[in-house]
Amino acid sequence: MNNIFFLIFRRMRAPLLTLILTYSIAMLGLVLIPGKDADGNVWHMDFFHAFYFVSFMSSTIGFGEIPYTFTAGQRLWVSFSIFFTVVVWLYSIGTVLALLKDETFQNALTERRFAKQINRLRESFYLVCGYGQTGEALVKALTDRNQHAVVIDILQDRVNQLKLENLREYVPGLCGDARLPAHLLEAGLEHPLCEGVVALTNSNEVNLKIAITSKLLHPDIEVICRADSHDIEKNMASFGTDYIIDPFDAFALHLATAIQAPCLSLLQDWLSLGRRDMLNEPVYPPRKGLWVVCGYGRFGKAVYDKLVQEGLEVVVVEADPDLTGKPKSPLVEGRGTEAETLLEADIERAAGLVAGTDNDANNLSIIMTARELNSDLFVIIRQNRKYNDPVIHAVGADMVMLPSEIIANRIRVLLGAPLQHQFVTLVTHQEDGWACELISRISALVTRHAPEVWEVAFSEYDSHAVCAYVQRGKPLTLGELMTDPRDRACKLPCIPLMLLRRNDYFLLPEQDLKVQKDDRFLFCGSVYAKNRMEWTLQNENALSYILTGEARPEGWIWRRLRKREVT
Amino acid sequence: MNPEKVLFGFFIVLALTLNFGFFVGELDNPDHHHVYELFAVIVVNLIATVLKFGDRTQMGAVLLATSLVALMQLFAAALVWTLAVHVTESGLTTVTMASIVSLSGGAMLANVVSVVLLIIETVMLRR
Repeated sequence: MNNIFFLIFRRMRAPLLTLILTYSIAMLGLVLIPGKDADGNVWHMDFFHAFYFVSFMSSTIGFGEIPYTFTAGQRLWVSFSIFFTVVVWLYSIGTVLALLKDETFQNALTERRFAKQINRLRESFYLVCGYGQTGEALVKALTDRNQHAVVIDILQDRVNQLKLENLREYVPGLCGDARLPAHLLEAGLEHPLCEGVVALTNSNEVNLKIAITSKLLHPDIEVICRADSHDIEKNMASFGTDYIIDPFDAFALHLATAIQAPCLSLLQDWLSLGRRDMLNEPVYPPRKGLWVVCGYGRFGKAVYDKLVQEGLEVVVVEADPDLTGKPKSPLVEGRGTEAETLLEADIERAAGLVAGTDNDANNLSIIMTARELNSDLFVIIRQNRKYNDPVIHAVGADMVMLPSEIIANRIRVLLGAPLQHQFVTLVTHQEDGWACELISRISALVTRHAPEVWEVAFSEYDSHAVCAYVQRGKPLTLGELMTDPRDRACKLPCIPLMLLRRNDYFLLPEQDLKVQKDDRFLFCGSVYAKNRMEWTLQNENALSYILTGEARPEGWIWRRLRKREVT
Repeated sequence: MNPEKVLFGFFIVLALTLNFGFFVGELDNPDHHHVYELFAVIVVNLIATVLKFGDRTQMGAVLLATSLVALMQLFAAALVWTLAVHVTESGLTTVTMASIVSLSGGAMLANVVSVVLLIIETVMLRR
């Protein structure tokens, strides 16, 4: 039990003792003092009536004298007792009620309730520390895929926000400091069903503390951290944090991929889109010409490094170079929101512009000013706040970098679809032409919405029919599995992206590949294809229809009859 | 010497002695068991119970439990008394008196356990 309960009980001692003492003194007095009954005989009040009288005297006063009118002696005693019992009653009851409403006590109660909820969880969940923009996006994405999450945040407002959110799964939330191991434990860090911890707070130090606590207390689980300083990232990596996500580096890498291989970056984009997102057009950042980078903070530096690596000419515009450090390339001092600074940075002959300060208003102003001077610019904007969506959308930048969304997307793929994450990592080693071809194949399958990406595992549980068939030693090809179980002349609109067989990855497996038990495939295609394929995987009759073209007798009697016919 | 311990021990032992005082005498004879004594037993037991609040040790928990048992028994005895005298107005017959006194006897047993535990704790302290 929590300390606070003992403390509260201990503090109740004084008021309760006073209450008991005063009540018994008042009662004893009433019993001892002689009264007179209706006939004038001497009469002593008994304890029962004394208790009754004192109880209402101290709390209400005014039920009258019972059971007989009091004598002068009794009245004298009662007039004294009224004052001391009322005062004591108010003091005791008031103190006890105040103790129950005590904030620490109430917090302890909420924490206990929360811990109970966590103990009762019967499905695997992720522990999300920090419910800011990123946490919100991640929890939404996880619950949309029917995965469970538990949230800790230090601000009560954000936890309340979580309760108001309309999520598909119930997400318990605790208001507490995630730096304290006790809070992480309450939120289920040592729970056997806890699959991973995601540290998304806006402080690097807090994320570091969460990572190290999780790795020590529950070494088997995945720990995913957000960090934006290279020092901290190294520190986190040193004790085995599984994934460290730096939104600025991630975006810079994405930009570099887009410059080198537009199809590849589009492919990665499409595969990581959410279920109902629209497909986006490919972007072609200029491969030569001058780039102007406004803001040389964490984001500016990451982009600058990548652009220089690509061999591009870069000019940096920074208002406070003493604070941020100076790049090797030409530097213009200023915010970039005024035409003068931008002209000094040669905006008129620039091909690309990066508005990368940590202030959305400034970023927008930079873009508006720069466009007036040079209308052909390729524009990248850094969006700092999610609520600025409408204005950012209106300015129509070619690429938008929203840190919270990048991190949430990354983690969603990491947690929800490990094969997909592996695929996206593997394709970076491929040629752009390869990606272009795949892109055109995917766009033939889907309409305007993002393709569905799903995993298929040939395990007893996930694909009963296929497993049973393969274990009987009969050959089954991938192409056969991709047949529509409604009409075997049709193929399902999907593409096998990758095969994982005994720790080896094979990209784009061929249709005539023989499947084996415990294979894991990654498919992409339409939702229709996904649902149909699940049918084939689990239903033996659907599978046999695909393979033979005949509908097998399903019931016991029909099977018997068919057997007799054959023999 | 810890004044808290003195007060604590005092009330626990007093609860037992008063309880014994009420209990002795012929079981079913109303003349041998006075209502004032029962009142005193209940008040002292209440105080002893509240004094045991908020003790974090295992011993504290058991002590609190015994006190709660004693209180329950005594409340039952008081209730029987009130019912017999005021509600049914059958008066203190030998039957009711016997049940009142045996209830208080049960409470006394709980108080004995309390005192024994207190003694054990003191002996184990060795200071």
